[in-house]
Amino acid sequence: METIIEIKHVNKYFGSHEVLKDIDFSVKKGEVVTIIGSSGSGKSTLLRCINLLEKPSGGEIMYKGENILDEKHDIFTYRRKLGMVFQQFNLFNNHNVLSNCVVGQVKVLKRSKDEAEKVAMKYLKIVGMDKYVNARPNQLSGGQKQRVAIARALSMEPDVMLFDEPTSALDPEMVGEVLKVMKQLAESGLTMLIVTHEMEFAKEVSDRVVFMDKGVIAEEGSPEQIFNHPTQERTREFLKRTLRSS
Amino acid sequence: MSFEWIVKIISENWPMFLRGAGMTLFIALLGTILGAIIGLLIGLIRTIPVPERGAKRAILKAVNAILATYIEFFRGTPMIVQAMVIYYGSALAFGVDMDRILAAVFVVSINTGAYMAEIVRGGIISIDKGQFEAAHAIGMNHVQTMMNVVLPQVIRNILPATGNQFVINIKDTSVLNVISVTELYFTTKSIAGNNFRYFESFFVACVMYFIMTLIVTKILRYFERKLEGPDNYAVMANPVQAEGKK
Ligand SMILES: Nc1ncnc2c1ncn2[C@@H]1O[C@H](COP(=O)(O)OP(=O)(O)OP(=O)(O)O)[C@@H](O)[C@H]1O
Ligand SMILES: [Mg+2]
Repeated sequence: METIIEIKHVNKYFGSHEVLKDIDFSVKKGEVVTIIGSSGSGKSTLLRCINLLEKPSGGEIMYKGENILDEKHDIFTYRRKLGMVFQQFNLFNNHNVLSNCVVGQVKVLKRSKDEAEKVAMKYLKIVGMDKYVNARPNQLSGGQKQRVAIARALSMEPDVMLFDEPTSALDPEMVGEVLKVMKQLAESGLTMLIVTHEMEFAKEVSDRVVFMDKGVIAEEGSPEQIFNHPTQERTREFLKRTLRSS
Repeated sequence: MSFEWIVKIISENWPMFLRGAGMTLFIALLGTILGAIIGLLIGLIRTIPVPERGAKRAILKAVNAILATYIEFFRGTPMIVQAMVIYYGSALAFGVDMDRILAAVFVVSINTGAYMAEIVRGGIISIDKGQFEAAHAIGMNHVQTMMNVVLPQVIRNILPATGNQFVINIKDTSVLNVISVTELYFTTKSIAGNNFRYFESFFVACVMYFIMTLIVTKILRYFERKLEGPDNYAVMANPVQAEGKK
């Protein structure tokens, strides 16, 4: 399988605090990778470095064989190839549901409004929000907002979707509807990189699980390997802690 | 006695009062609109992210310093003095008498601009960081983010402050009588100078100012409510229609 994103020796400092330490990591086309790890281990920072919402302090991010940290590389062209779903949804407050999914296509991808609306409707249907095209973000429940946010990202037809704890801000009864959509996307062959605390979900959908601890990738492997036969003591510790509490 | 005088003053001078009030409204309205535009532009410039190095950084820093000085200067000096300095100063500097009305609109605009610049900047800074990040994540650059996501929200948020500024300007244009602009205060002064009924004449002006600010305030409230938008949305029975209709 073709490698889409390859991260080499990436590190990230906030001031003198080294949050990511020499990360090597890659995602192949069609792969579903979940990142787990305790709070503050650097999962969000890694995801945000990948789409350059944070600038890595060092290392390389190779996208289809090109280092996008090169000065000459246009980060805006690169970013539209990555979809991002945030914990806090971040729907555009001044746009309704349909328009949230259209504005990026029209302004960034220069699609016609008609075409953009067709694409948006397609993805809104997939996430089950096609009946709410006229609703404003503040009129939706958390689960609905997150599904629209997923449709917005999908409407850009990215190569990879990044999810940063997409269900952590949701009331428990809404977690299911979002995970269901994500499962469906995973089965459709979409390349996905997911930071999550939902261990059952990770077990079920992942091709590969990455465990992060204190800014390093402590262990990675198949879900079976990570959840059932972890080789690292800290992985075992983490799983014991989280599985007990959930 | 007084009441009869008031009736007499109104019946004899109403065209002058109305013209004065019209001039007051004209200067206040134009000054507020131009000032709001100045404020928006300055607010936008002052929130451009400063690059870490390079010539652009130096230029932006210099421009910001100049704009900050402009804001400090006009907020830190009385408009009545600014009017004198600008009107008589321009005569000295260019040897031409500036059109009084032009000078008046100029003074009010530039003054309002200084206040609005800070309001706009505050408005931009107070927009949730997630809105910027979501826009960047779908590949929008700074200008696209501001135009399509941030600014529409800022304008909505600062509308009450702009309306407030308009009401203040209706009252504060009275200081422009020092450069003999025929607004309501100046007009009233000449009417009273003819009939020597200062109390009654200015009482009429007082009521007129009050009516103007009252009406403007009511109109602004109405628009603010309208802008908040409908509280409900229609769930589409047939989403395909929504697609075609738009
Ligand atoms: N903008 C920032 N400035 C300074 N420190 C930051 C910043 N963002 C994150 N950090 C720090 O970096 C570390 C890693 O943060 P990060 O958000 O990546 O962790 P995480 O694994 O996503 O945690 P969580 O599960 O709580 O979301 C933390 O110690 C955090 O305090
Ligand atoms: Mg996080």
